[in-house]
Amino acid sequence: MLRPDLEIIDDWIKPRSRVLDLGCGDGTLLAHLTEHQSITGYGLEIEDENISKCLNKGLNVLQINLDEGLADFNDNAFDYVVMTQTLQAVSYPDKLLDEMLRVGREVIITFPNFGHWRSRMNIALQGRMPLSDSLPHAWYNTPNIRLCTLNDFEALCTEKSIEIAQRTVVNHAHRSTIAMRWLPNFFGEIALYRLRSS
Amino acid sequence: MSSTVPANSVGLVTPSVARFGEPLPLECGKTLPSYELIYETYGTLNSTRNNAILICHALSSDHHAAGYHSTNDKKPGWWETCIGPGKPIDTNKFFVVCSNNIGGCKGSTGPMSKNPQTGQPYGPDFPLVTVKDWVNTQARLANQLKIDCWQAVIGGSLGGMQAMQWSIDFPDRLKHCFIIAAAPHLSAQNIAFNEVARRAIITDPEFHEGHYYKYDTEPARGLMLARMLGHITYLSDDAMLAKFGRELKTSDYQFSYDVEFEVESYLRYQGEKFIGQFDANTYLLMTRALDYFDPAKNYNNDLSAALSMTKARFHIIAFTSDWRFSPARSREIVKALLDNNRDTSYAEITANHGHDAFLMDIPHYMDVFRANMNQLDLADHTADQSAETTHAPT
Repeated sequence: MLRPDLEIIDDWIKPRSRVLDLGCGDGTLLAHLTEHQSITGYGLEIEDENISKCLNKGLNVLQINLDEGLADFNDNAFDYVVMTQTLQAVSYPDKLLDEMLRVGREVIITFPNFGHWRSRMNIALQGRMPLSDSLPHAWYNTPNIRLCTLNDFEALCTEKSIEIAQRTVVNHAHRSTIAMRWLPNFFGEIALYRLRSS
Repeated sequence: MSSTVPANSVGLVTPSVARFGEPLPLECGKTLPSYELIYETYGTLNSTRNNAILICHALSSDHHAAGYHSTNDKKPGWWETCIGPGKPIDTNKFFVVCSNNIGGCKGSTGPMSKNPQTGQPYGPDFPLVTVKDWVNTQARLANQLKIDCWQAVIGGSLGGMQAMQWSIDFPDRLKHCFIIAAAPHLSAQNIAFNEVARRAIITDPEFHEGHYYKYDTEPARGLMLARMLGHITYLSDDAMLAKFGRELKTSDYQFSYDVEFEVESYLRYQGEKFIGQFDANTYLLMTRALDYFDPAKNYNNDLSAALSMTKARFHIIAFTSDWRFSPARSREIVKALLDNNRDTSYAEITANHGHDAFLMDIPHYMDVFRANMNQLDLADHTADQSAETTHAPT
């Protein structure tokens, strides 16, 4: 079974396209897209164990740190540049976003929404940094150093004149509800975006 | 070795010699009228002859990549960590071939061999052979062994350069190309180290312009210095710190120029061990082949163009503390392959052993090596292809 947010991405990606997956983890998404959508492409990953897992799935995986940027890739080399649940962990999300839009015709990005009501309650009522299923780390050891809300992210897109072609929000079980569609920045736990340079 | 062969070793092996009567035109313009290649094989060639793997050796190694020549051998072949039953290059599954490069001194035709025209050893008259020339000899060996296509060509360091050259010169004759701890060409610094090594040999009074065999001597001092220098570049600062630190041979300073520090002892041991084991003319030749290697040279220095005709799936591996051929050099190869949309993987192994790491049993390296090897596919797809052909519209 594919993680439901990955199912959504699978719906967004056209068959036989070229895909670059940034922070591809153990290669689950790339392997699924290769098998079901006949895509070709590469995954970038930093963790040692994930490199072997990707290779064992037969994938093209490159052990490259995203903080170095995407200088190895040419402009518009890919139909899609995908980055799931990684934006919040890179050092320069704004620069990486520029790079993603440079090498891909379309960018698909997902991240945990720091504006979710539970995060807000944690801070408002307990005065503590939020802990949740999608943000399970303590403040001192979290890899998530660039957390943002939907509104923050969309403000950055506006500032950079990035076109938001589609937005979906889901909860940690990766389901979407009416409440999320009504107040996404309050009820959405995970945000999924399709972006294009405009 | 102990009286029993370790279960994961290929065990006792005997080299073979292949003779080639057909003259070999060389990149330098000269022709080698005939030559011999000494080689070893491990494992069994299957009936479809598609499980063959070529191992290319580095500067000072040879055809003895795995196993033991006799029960008295203290050490196995140079890549025993990776080649053997159940090892990343699994001899239960693959037929592994490793030959000594021409110009070498371990049994293939080289400066120590007799020049048929003079009846004397070639010595310095042995032509300067290149990586491309080696690949040509290896292709002829493949012909003799009736191997049309290697499942993989694998090499580290100078061996990785040969693997890369294979992918360029014979794109249809390898499915997978492993380029480990290598570079697309040497940097000025790399060439500088080679030059110091060569000057050490050439300026040794016993060198006799390369004709030292005639005088029944060898430039031992120069060869030793060259080897000592080489060993410094194979290790990282961290590895030297871990291995030797500032450890002394005796309890305190002796206020002399004798061996005082453990690192001096190590370097002298490595240098002295090399004397009598390796030929100085071969050392000169091998370092020059390294200097000359530059497949992009004929493509306006455009490595992407040089790799544009390749068809293999590439497996690039680099090591963090390797400063001889740093990860950045491997990334140049990766970049050129990405420009060509080649199937490519790249692993950067965290290791403090320096350049030598490619020979070591490092868990992540072994995992990655195995996982890369899992991408080799021995299934016979000719049946599928013919089925497709049958159903194709005419």
